[in-house]
Amino acid sequence: MNRTKRYTVTLLAALALSGLVMAQTTLSLWYHGAGNEVERDIVLQIIGDFNASQDDWRVTLEEFPQIAYNPSVVAAALSGNLPDILDVDGPVMPNWAWAGYMQPLSLSDGALDGFLPSVIGEWQGEVYSVGLWDAAKAIYARRSVLEANDIRIPTLDAPWTFDEFEEILETLQATGEYEYVFDVGMAWTGEWYPYAFSPFLQSFGGDLIDRSTFLTAEGVLNGPEAVAFGNWWQSLFTRGMTPGTSQDDANRETGFIDGRYALQWNGNWAAIPALEAFGDDLLFLPAPDFGHGPKIGGASWQFGVSATSPYPEGANAFIEFALQDEYLAAFSDGIGLVPSTQSAALLTENYGPGGALEVFYELSNQQSQIRPPTPAYVGIALTFEKAMADIANGADVQDTLDAAVDEIERDIANNDGYGF
Amino acid sequence: MSARMVRGRNARAGVAWRYVMLTAVALVFVFPVVFMLVSSLKPDLQLLRDTGSLRAFLPVGDISLDNYAKAFQRAPIGRFVYNSVLVTSLTVVFGLFLNSLAGFAFSKLRWRGRSIVLAVVIATLIVPFETIAVPLLMMVNTLPWLGPDGVTFGWLNSYRVQIVPFIADALSIFLFVQFFKDLPDEIIEAARIDGASWWQVYLRVIVPLSGPVFATAAILKFLAMYNMYLWPLMVAQGETYRPVMVGLQYFFQLNVAWGEVMAYLSLITVPVLVFYLLLQRAFIESIAASGVKG
Amino acid sequence: MQRIPVKPVPELVRRTIASGRGPGRRGEEVAGLAMAAPAVVLLLAFLILPFVLAFVMSFTNQRLVSPNPTSFVGTRNFVQLLTVRPFLMTPLTDPVTGETLRDATGAPEYPVLRDITRRNPAYPQFDGLRELTSWAIGERRLYLLASDVVFMRALGNTMLFVLVVAPTQATLALLLALMINQPLRGVNIFRTLYFMPVVISIVVVSLLWRFIYSPTGLLNSILTWLSFGNFTPVDWLGNPSTALGAIMAMSIWQAVGFHMVIWLSGLQTIPGVLYEAASVEGASTLQKFRHVTWPGLRNTAVLVLVVITMQAFALFAQIDVMTRGGPRDATQSIVFQAVQRGFERQDIAGGSAISVILFLLVLSVSLLQRYVTRDRVR
Repeated sequence: MNRTKRYTVTLLAALALSGLVMAQTTLSLWYHGAGNEVERDIVLQIIGDFNASQDDWRVTLEEFPQIAYNPSVVAAALSGNLPDILDVDGPVMPNWAWAGYMQPLSLSDGALDGFLPSVIGEWQGEVYSVGLWDAAKAIYARRSVLEANDIRIPTLDAPWTFDEFEEILETLQATGEYEYVFDVGMAWTGEWYPYAFSPFLQSFGGDLIDRSTFLTAEGVLNGPEAVAFGNWWQSLFTRGMTPGTSQDDANRETGFIDGRYALQWNGNWAAIPALEAFGDDLLFLPAPDFGHGPKIGGASWQFGVSATSPYPEGANAFIEFALQDEYLAAFSDGIGLVPSTQSAALLTENYGPGGALEVFYELSNQQSQIRPPTPAYVGIALTFEKAMADIANGADVQDTLDAAVDEIERDIANNDGYGF
Repeated sequence: MSARMVRGRNARAGVAWRYVMLTAVALVFVFPVVFMLVSSLKPDLQLLRDTGSLRAFLPVGDISLDNYAKAFQRAPIGRFVYNSVLVTSLTVVFGLFLNSLAGFAFSKLRWRGRSIVLAVVIATLIVPFETIAVPLLMMVNTLPWLGPDGVTFGWLNSYRVQIVPFIADALSIFLFVQFFKDLPDEIIEAARIDGASWWQVYLRVIVPLSGPVFATAAILKFLAMYNMYLWPLMVAQGETYRPVMVGLQYFFQLNVAWGEVMAYLSLITVPVLVFYLLLQRAFIESIAASGVKG
Repeated sequence: MQRIPVKPVPELVRRTIASGRGPGRRGEEVAGLAMAAPAVVLLLAFLILPFVLAFVMSFTNQRLVSPNPTSFVGTRNFVQLLTVRPFLMTPLTDPVTGETLRDATGAPEYPVLRDITRRNPAYPQFDGLRELTSWAIGERRLYLLASDVVFMRALGNTMLFVLVVAPTQATLALLLALMINQPLRGVNIFRTLYFMPVVISIVVVSLLWRFIYSPTGLLNSILTWLSFGNFTPVDWLGNPSTALGAIMAMSIWQAVGFHMVIWLSGLQTIPGVLYEAASVEGASTLQKFRHVTWPGLRNTAVLVLVVITMQAFALFAQIDVMTRGGPRDATQSIVFQAVQRGFERQDIAGGSAISVILFLLVLSVSLLQRYVTRDRVR
């Protein structure tokens, strides 16, 4: 083969290759997991499989650190630079959908059959996003501690009642063995507060907003049930049972594992280190029933299609491709989250029958309540965070909740009702 | 014992006392940095357990460089540092030049509107960047740029969007104005009489006399730029252009990898210390030589 | 580096240049403009113009994220932020006898404040207001009600922060600069060490100090150790009465090295001959400071004071990382509120209004500072 010929062949091959690439339309995907290698590997695998599975679309990934993700998306929307596919935190989705960042999904019929209700993001009757996993919360406890103090181990069907829980806290405090008996994680400021604490409020019979109109919180966030919750919440701190707002991350992460905290309200992502510390002695207990059933917060990160994407069919095709059980299971195994379907749970290490975290799947399935699906949630979350912190620090409960209601309603009014 | 010997001994005691004072103060300033460096060598749990005691300052227990290895795996640290150093040094260089030139014009030259323009410039010191970020974002998104592809619009995802808006700053100008004011007018007049143009006065008279203020302005600008967070977050949508402070967020996952955070912090602090040491040598020592101190 | 030959200037020429007459005048005019222009134009484009936009937005209902159209709302945002009204509350009286109602201990009974301020058609002027503070006047209570209590607290805290931090930090920085300016071997090492906290981003410093201030953290351990166990650990950031103080101390610690450097660059412009002359005349250290150092630092002093004041008004990152305004608004700051509303709450108009208020506030403070320091600076 002479030199000229070889060049020609190379040139032709290059042309053919580029022709092949040209045939695939590029879709951009934004994901919040920068810095988490496990997550990146799984996302890249899904993308690789998808790109190889068909000739029309080629997805490219741009990752963002989680803390920086929402501001980045807002900035991109302001400047008209949204990607085709983006992931979105479940409770924030209605805000972005209302603002016109996102468009409804158009998946094929039955694509979402068997998915946990909390991983399907709906806004005004349309599905905008879907999650490959959910997160769940439980009370972390040690069997040996409960047994030593004659405390009943609660089940999903028979959780601790309010009175029972109070008695347990007092019993544990009376032992004098613990710095604090019930850690709720005040060190994790931000969205953790509404995510982790509003289910208590809901179990007391209150809520963040009146879900029949989504226009007012009067009587719901500051009614007698909410005040009862607030008083109990405040008493956790005044009685010295719970570390307050100045808790640092070090204590949050080591307090329970080191045996300085008796019980800890935590998410399933923290389960692995705790299991390493306590093994079989570790229990994941359902939230207490404060009168209106035990509740936990639902909805985690989900995928959706941006409103400005010129290729929604490609974006939808990718999302549908990603919803396969094997990927759901891969995420669950990789980062410890609850898989979105029962069939995927069977494939996982921890969520199958007899798995160490099996209980979380049922917790998600039975108890999870999504945060109010309204664009107002972004503001509500901040208002509620401040109210929880203020009450913990001794502010008047009724006044604080009244102020929170006023603030939420003013925000809703300023936004012409947020589409309601 | 002669009076001279007593004075000598007192002087020596005085010097020793001064060192004790200097060292005591130094401890106050250094301890969190030691905490950071030492912590970067420890595994997460041990690091967190040690925070409440003096062990926080001691490299004891399970010590290794694992955190550094893991940090490099987690994030393209080299890329972030390169971006930061590039953006920062270009801004500092252009900034020193334009701001000192303006400072010279404001302090030593007389022209119509000088005081009112200076007042407006100083007033901009008051505007916290956070408050203008959004309007600025909308603006830079429409700006034109002449590049290899001809004229393009929109500055997002580039180095220039992190550099150009920050070249001029009121603090630097103010710094230069205050410093130049103290320089005697006679030396400028002398140079003018010798036939120097204003440009030559700036370059040959003012600049050589102003080592300390250039050093100060450079350091302050370097720090402000190097630690910038909000703006790069908004404009650098691709990893290619991200600087170190945005990179820091890679380490704040659901369970924060504190050991790696400390390792990363130690790594990104080193360039700044090096920069400071270099400046200290280059500028501050040049002053002693320039004869201003007499 | 070349030495500048200082030639004796003929009086006539000197005066000609100084008065602006003569051939050099036009050139100076053009040169001044040309040299100032690049920086000024950049500032105009990338700072002043966006600020003007923010100013305009503060009179609208602009949202960061919204499909709703933007419209002008006049001064609504400012009224909402700044409304403060007094309210004198009298004890409840018996509707029949007109006598003051009293509880078992004889103390008068009062109406509940929330009944008056929440949806009470009899008091439309107080609707939605909350208690900022109150005083007892005999058996009546005088309330100061505000429509935005959080912003009022932010205003107060920020002013307090500036009043404490600015003078303390400036003084400490000068002391450090004087210490460092001594002709001692190895003093450069100390200069570098003192400067270290400045080098680390304030966000990082705040993260580190959260550990230090924790109830089980280093500061409490050290104080307990120094007092042989007689010290009761304090929850520095969790207690409303210590939180702002703790943040002030950390802020001073972090930034003092920065101002030390500015003082140092000022100190180094003071010609050594002046000190030598003073020594020859037998001046003490204190006298040298008063008569040589301090007068030589006039411009630096103005600079340091202005810069510290501006930076103190911009208090943000520490709050965001360490307390998020709590406990119970004890550490709210103006910029934190501006950012929280503008970005997190997506209320860019409200955030802009706060920025405008901050701008006017700092402007008046600096005009005041200018007025006060006027005699000393020419």
